[in-house]
Amino acid sequence: MADHAARMPRAAAPVIAAEGLDLVYRTADGPVHALRDVTLTVNRGEFVSFIGPSGCGKTTFLRCVAALETPTGGRLSVNGMSPDEARRARAYGYVFQAAGLYPWRTIEGNVRLPLEIMGYPRAEARERVARVLDLVELGGFARKYPWQLSGGMQQRASIARALAFDADILLMDEPFGALDEIVRDRLNEELLRLWDRTGKTTLFVTHSIPEAVYLSTRIVVMSPRPGRITDVIESPLPRERPLEIRESPDFLAVAHRVREGLRAGHGDL
Amino acid sequence: MAALAEAAAAPPRAGAGRLRAVLPVLSVVLALMAVWYLAAIPMNAREALTAAERAGAEIRGGSAAERAGRSALVLAALNPGPAVAGAWTQERPRLPAPHQVLAEFWASTVGEEVWGRRGLVQSGSFSNRSLIYHAGITLGATLGGFLIGSALGVLLAAGIVHNRAMDLSVMPWAIVSQTIPIVALAPMIVVVMNSVGVGGFWPKAVISAYLSFFPVVVGMVKGFRTPDREGLDLMRTWNATRAQVFWRLRVPSSVPYLFASLKIAVAAALVGTIVGELPVQRGGLGARMLAGSYYGQTVQIWAALLMAALLAALLVWAIGALERRVLRAMGTRP
Repeated sequence: MADHAARMPRAAAPVIAAEGLDLVYRTADGPVHALRDVTLTVNRGEFVSFIGPSGCGKTTFLRCVAALETPTGGRLSVNGMSPDEARRARAYGYVFQAAGLYPWRTIEGNVRLPLEIMGYPRAEARERVARVLDLVELGGFARKYPWQLSGGMQQRASIARALAFDADILLMDEPFGALDEIVRDRLNEELLRLWDRTGKTTLFVTHSIPEAVYLSTRIVVMSPRPGRITDVIESPLPRERPLEIRESPDFLAVAHRVREGLRAGHGDL
Repeated sequence: MAALAEAAAAPPRAGAGRLRAVLPVLSVVLALMAVWYLAAIPMNAREALTAAERAGAEIRGGSAAERAGRSALVLAALNPGPAVAGAWTQERPRLPAPHQVLAEFWASTVGEEVWGRRGLVQSGSFSNRSLIYHAGITLGATLGGFLIGSALGVLLAAGIVHNRAMDLSVMPWAIVSQTIPIVALAPMIVVVMNSVGVGGFWPKAVISAYLSFFPVVVGMVKGFRTPDREGLDLMRTWNATRAQVFWRLRVPSSVPYLFASLKIAVAAALVGTIVGELPVQRGGLGARMLAGSYYGQTVQIWAALLMAALLAALLVWAIGALERRVLRAMGTRP
């Protein structure tokens, strides 16, 4: 019980808290509002998807959380720290759309790279690499070079790389955007299992409605010019989600609402 | 030529594939040889006609004095017989024929210099007419200068990539340094270094380093900057230091650029060394060429040129072989 009591307040504290976040780029054609007045809290263990047309600021928001961009206004905290402090504390793993594996390193070597940079001891690094490769079902491919793997397998390796150092936040920027539908379905299923097993707070950028609805506990719909949140949808779907759930009425209702949100965002133009 | 190609391609043996690969090269070499032999006729016509006249032949185109003012091409056309007969056998031709160059090359590498009177077997050492001896001297200074120059180039490139002040200041100077003609600069370097008591290897190595650092700087700046924004962002998410980004990302990504620029650099280093050997008659292929030109020994010049070309080919090939090994060790797709 004491354990439970100790965990409760932690679980309640927001992992990511954005309040009135603004980001304006100064360009030759005048200022561009990449984000305007974005307010959002993400709690521990949530899976939040960001969906919207290109230019709606979904990637920019993720990059702000990762301290790869600096907001020009508003407040943003990650794990109770500023984003840059969180980055220094290695609070998150980031997965880009391109797997971005180094061609001169084996899959194992690629997954070990962040551990080398963070100074993990050799033995522990080896153990962690083996564990996360098993987690993404690439155990048998440790010694292969990236070009010997399919696109889907490369993306799984890049997810393993983001998981290797046990950051409790996973930031994913259209990780399956470049993959075909069949591979994407499988990876979605795997990602959901992975999230269930690791309990990592996940922020996931996508432009696919079924993907967003299938994966998320919450869906954030955004619209462009200026980039802003137009709707936040709590998913009524259970945690256990077989692929067939995508034909259930609940699923279709959420997908419908997301589509409505996207259309409304466009209507403003 | 077409008939030859067909005949070569006809038998379906294992060697046929290799022959097909060699054949184009061979055809080009043969064509060049043909042009060379043809060019030797007008080039050497004057000497050939004078010699034929002395031997009692009737030469058209006027007296020896009148012929001096006329085009060699016209003279060769007026006297095709004696011009062709004397074109490829002169002792000091203006343009030696390929077989003369090859004969001299053989004599001054193996024929005379190993088995001959003053050769390696008789005297126990190479004579100063041995092209192997001269090539050895040139090779030493070339490699020395190449190593210094490439190391300097890589260091400067690393500085340029990491330091904004260097980025703005180094490159213009590097470019200016290459606009000074090396034939003007080389004697000054030799004289200045000799006056402070440094001669032999070092002035030549400095000149060849001066020529070889530039392609390495240009190539490696590009190479160190190949990692894209996503690659650098990824490193940033792990809070990697600049040193870690350099060694784990920039250096491995620059390897293809490194070898491309090293191939150019090594050829430039060879040119630098040869130019550095011209003003100092202390051995080396450059010295051998200049000696040949002092004494009108064109065959000797051409043999030394051939040696320099072979040396350059060997150096570039060696870097290519190293490149293949390194890339294979880096797991690059075959």
